Amino acid sequence: MAKITYDGIEIEVPDGTTIMNAARQLDGKLAPPAMCYYTPLKGSGGKCRACLVRVAAGSAKDPRPMPKLVASCITPVQDGMVVENNSSPQVLEVRKGIVEMLLINHPLDCPVCDQAGECSLQDFAFEHGLSTTRYEEERRTFDKVDIGPLIQLHMTRCILCYRCVYTADQLTDGRVHGVLGRGDASEIGTYIENIIDNDFSGNVIDVCPVGALTDKTWRFKQRVWFTKPVNAHRDCETDQCAGRVTLWYKGPEVLRVTGRKDENGEVKEWICNTCRFDKKETTDWTIEGPAPVDRSSVVSANHYELPVLNQQVIADMPASTVRELAQNPPLKLGGLNG
Amino acid sequence: MGRKLLTEHINVEGIDTMAVYRQHGGYRSVEKALKTMTPDEVVEEVKKSGLRGRGGAGFPTGMKWSFLAKPEGVPRYLVCNADESEPGTFKDRQLMSKLPHLLIEGMITSSYALGANTSYIYIRGELLYVLRILEKAVAEAYAAGFLGKNILGSGYDLDLHIHPGAGAYICGEETALLESLEGKRGNPRNKPPFPAVSGLYARPTVVNNVESIAAVPVIVNEGGEEYAKIGIGKSTGTKLISACGHVKNPGIYEIEMGVPVEEFIYSDEYCGGIWKGRELKAVVAGGSSVPILPKSLILKTAAGEPRLMTYESLSDGGFVTGTMLGSGGFIAMDETTCIVKNTWNFSRFYHHESCGQCSPCREGTGWLEKVLHRLEHGHGQMHDIDLIVNVAKQIEGNTICPLGEAAAWPVTAAVRHFRDEFEWHVTHPHEATRPGAVYHGGLVLA
Ligand SMILES: Cc1cc2nc3c(=O)[nH]c(=O)nc-3n(C[C@H](O)[C@H](O)[C@H](O)COP(=O)(O)O)c2cc1C
Ligand code: SF4
Ligand code: SF4
Ligand code: FES
Repeated sequence: MAKITYDGIEIEVPDGTTIMNAARQLDGKLAPPAMCYYTPLKGSGGKCRACLVRVAAGSAKDPRPMPKLVASCITPVQDGMVVENNSSPQVLEVRKGIVEMLLINHPLDCPVCDQAGECSLQDFAFEHGLSTTRYEEERRTFDKVDIGPLIQLHMTRCILCYRCVYTADQLTDGRVHGVLGRGDASEIGTYIENIIDNDFSGNVIDVCPVGALTDKTWRFKQRVWFTKPVNAHRDCETDQCAGRVTLWYKGPEVLRVTGRKDENGEVKEWICNTCRFDKKETTDWTIEGPAPVDRSSVVSANHYELPVLNQQVIADMPASTVRELAQNPPLKLGGLNG
Repeated sequence: MGRKLLTEHINVEGIDTMAVYRQHGGYRSVEKALKTMTPDEVVEEVKKSGLRGRGGAGFPTGMKWSFLAKPEGVPRYLVCNADESEPGTFKDRQLMSKLPHLLIEGMITSSYALGANTSYIYIRGELLYVLRILEKAVAEAYAAGFLGKNILGSGYDLDLHIHPGAGAYICGEETALLESLEGKRGNPRNKPPFPAVSGLYARPTVVNNVESIAAVPVIVNEGGEEYAKIGIGKSTGTKLISACGHVKNPGIYEIEMGVPVEEFIYSDEYCGGIWKGRELKAVVAGGSSVPILPKSLILKTAAGEPRLMTYESLSDGGFVTGTMLGSGGFIAMDETTCIVKNTWNFSRFYHHESCGQCSPCREGTGWLEKVLHRLEHGHGQMHDIDLIVNVAKQIEGNTICPLGEAAAWPVTAAVRHFRDEFEWHVTHPHEATRPGAVYHGGLVLA
C-alpha cells in the first residue's frame, strides 16, 4: 500500500495505482480531467495531457518535486507522494492551455453535433478553458466518411485520443482501424475504406469523447437532454456481450442504445452491435429503472427527477425570460412547472 | 591541428573495405575486448572516458550503459540510432558512408560490453545508398568472423541487423525508433519505463547515436583515461561538427572539444570565416532545435568569456544568453538572413514532423507555423509576437517527447534575441516582403 497526499487529502491505495485512479477512488469529481485515458482500454492515456498534475514530492524516499508536470493517468503513485491538482496554479494554467490546443482545430459545431450535452470536450472546456480564443488561423477540416452503414466518422471533430483505435484493436479481431498520417494531419482511417465489420465495432462510438464517431441510427434524431436514459438488460446470444445497456427514450420511443457509463463516464461492459443497433423496442428489454444521471449533467435538464434550474437561478433571471421559459419550456424549470 | 580519433583515415582509398580498414588498425578493439577484457571492464573504460551521447542530449554513455537492466535469461539489445534528420546535422551520414566498418566495429565492441547478442542499426530511410554500403560491410564482417557465432573463438555470438526507417524525423526519438523497429507506427512512448528497463520488444535496451558508438573502439584501444585527456572538463574527446550555412568552407569537422567558437568559424583550419566577405549575424550551434544566438553571444558568453565548443560553455547562461551543443549541427547565418523567415522555416519542419499524439505538440506546432507564416508575409500584428512565445511555452515541458521542446525553443530564442526584427515585420509589412530586403541590427539591407 502507498499513502499519498492529493490536493491536501491523504489517501492510501494499493501499490501500482495511478495518480488518476487514486484520485478517482477519493472522489471522481476531484480527479483530474481525462480526455484520452479509458480504464478498460489497455495502453490508453498519456496523450491528451489534460490530466497533467504537479508532483510536489516524488516519494517518502526521494521527496524532491518532479521537474515536469506528469500525466496522472499513467503515473503510478509512490509511498509519500504529494500531488497537486486543483491546488496548483501551474496545473490550472497549463490545463487552460490544453483546452485551447484541443479547441483551435475543433469546429465548435456543438449546435449541430450529436455529442453535445454528453461531450467530454465541452465539459473540459467549460470547466478549465477560457471563453475567448486567440486563434485566427484557418481550421483543419476533413470530409465526413461512413465507416460501414452504422457508424459515421467526422474527423474534423476528432481530438486524436486513440480510444477508438485501442477499442478496435482490443475488442475486434483483424484490426481495420488506425491512425494514418502525422501531426495535425493525422486521421482515423479504416485502411482503405474498409468498414469496421465486427460484432463489437459500435463500442467505438461510446468511447469517443467527442462527436467524431456517431451512431448513424441516432444521428440528428434528438438533443440528448430531451431524452431519458433508462437502464435495461436482455439475454444476449452474442458471445461476450454483457447485454446490459442504457436505453435513451423520447416519449415511448427508444431512440438509441448505448453501453452503461459509470461515474467516470466510462463503459465497463461492452455491448454487441445487435443490442446497440437492432434492439430498439421496449419489448426487447427488461427495464431496470432510470439510469443515474449526474446532477450537473445537462441530461438532467429534462430529467423527470432532477429539475435543473433551482429557485435561486430563476430569481436571478429577468422576468421576461422566466415568463418565456414558462410558456415555452425547452428545459424543465424546477419549482416553476416541475 | 587537433587529433582526429574517428576520421583520421576517412580519406584513405578503399577504407570502406575490410582489407584496407584492417591495414589501418581496424577491428583491434574487438580483438582486445573479446580476448582480454570482461564486458564490465569495457563499460568501465567507457565510463572513464567521459564520453557523452552525441545524438543531442549529451547523456554520459557509460552511465547509460550501467543503467541497463540485466535480468537472467532475458535478451537485451543495443540499437544504433542512425536516423539523423535534424536540420543542420549531417555527420553520421558521412561517417557511415566513408567508414562503415568503424560503426560496425563499435557495434560489436559495445554489444559485447552490454551482453547483447542481437543488435540493430536503425538508419534513416532516405539514406538508402548508405544502407547499401553498410550492408556490404556487415557481410564482410560476417565473412571475417567478426559477426555471427563464436566471434574470434571467444564464445561470444552477435547478429547485427540494419533496418531502414520510412522517412519520419520523429523515428529518431529513441522510443519512437523502437516502436518503428518493432514494425509499428513511430509514436514515442511515455516514459517511464525507460528503454534501459523495457525497450525493444519490452526488453532492456540501449539506444546510442552513431557517433557515440563509433567512439567506443578508440576508447577501448587507447583506454578511457587517454580519451578523457582530450577536451575540457566534462566535455571529453572529439566531436564531429557539421558546419553549414554561410561559412566559406561548409563540411564536417572533427574537433577536439574546447575549440573556441570564434576559431571554429574564422580559422582556415575549420570554416574559414563567413562567405562573400559578409558579416556573421547569428548561429544555431547544435541542430535546428537549439536556441539561436546572435553573433555577440555566440562568440562570447554574457560574462564576456570566449565561448568554447563544449557542452558547458555553449550552455553557459542557460537559455537566456546561452544555447546547446546538441547534435553538432552548426548553422551560421550572415547579415542577409531574415530571422523571421528562418524561424518560420524551422517551425514548418517541426509542424510537419510532429507525430500528433499529444495535443500541445500536434496543435501547437501548426499554430506556430501559421502565425510565423503570417508574420513573415507581412500579415502579422504586434500581439502575434507575444502569442508565439506564449504558444511555445504551452508546448514546452507538457509533451510526451522532446520534439515539443525542439519546436518551442527556436521560436522563443528567436524572439528573445531578435524581437526588433519581428516588430519590423509588423510595422513595415511592405518593406519586409520586398524581395531581398532584410532587417539587420536596426538597418534595412536591400
Ligand atoms: C524528435 C527527436 C529526434 C531525434 N533524432 C535523433 C537522431 O536522428 N539521431 C540520434 O542519434 N538521436 C536522435 N534523438 C535523440 C535520441 O532520442 C536519443 O537521445 C539518442 O539516440 C541517444 O543516443 P546518445 O546517448 O548516444 O546520444 C532525437 C530525439 C528527438 C526528441
Ligand atoms: S474518433 Fe473519437 S475516439 Fe477516435 S481518436 Fe478521434 S476523438 Fe478519439
Ligand atoms: S511531443 Fe510531438 S512528436 Fe513527441 S509524442 Fe507528442 S506529438 Fe508526438
Ligand atoms: S487522460 Fe491522461 S494524458 Fe489524456
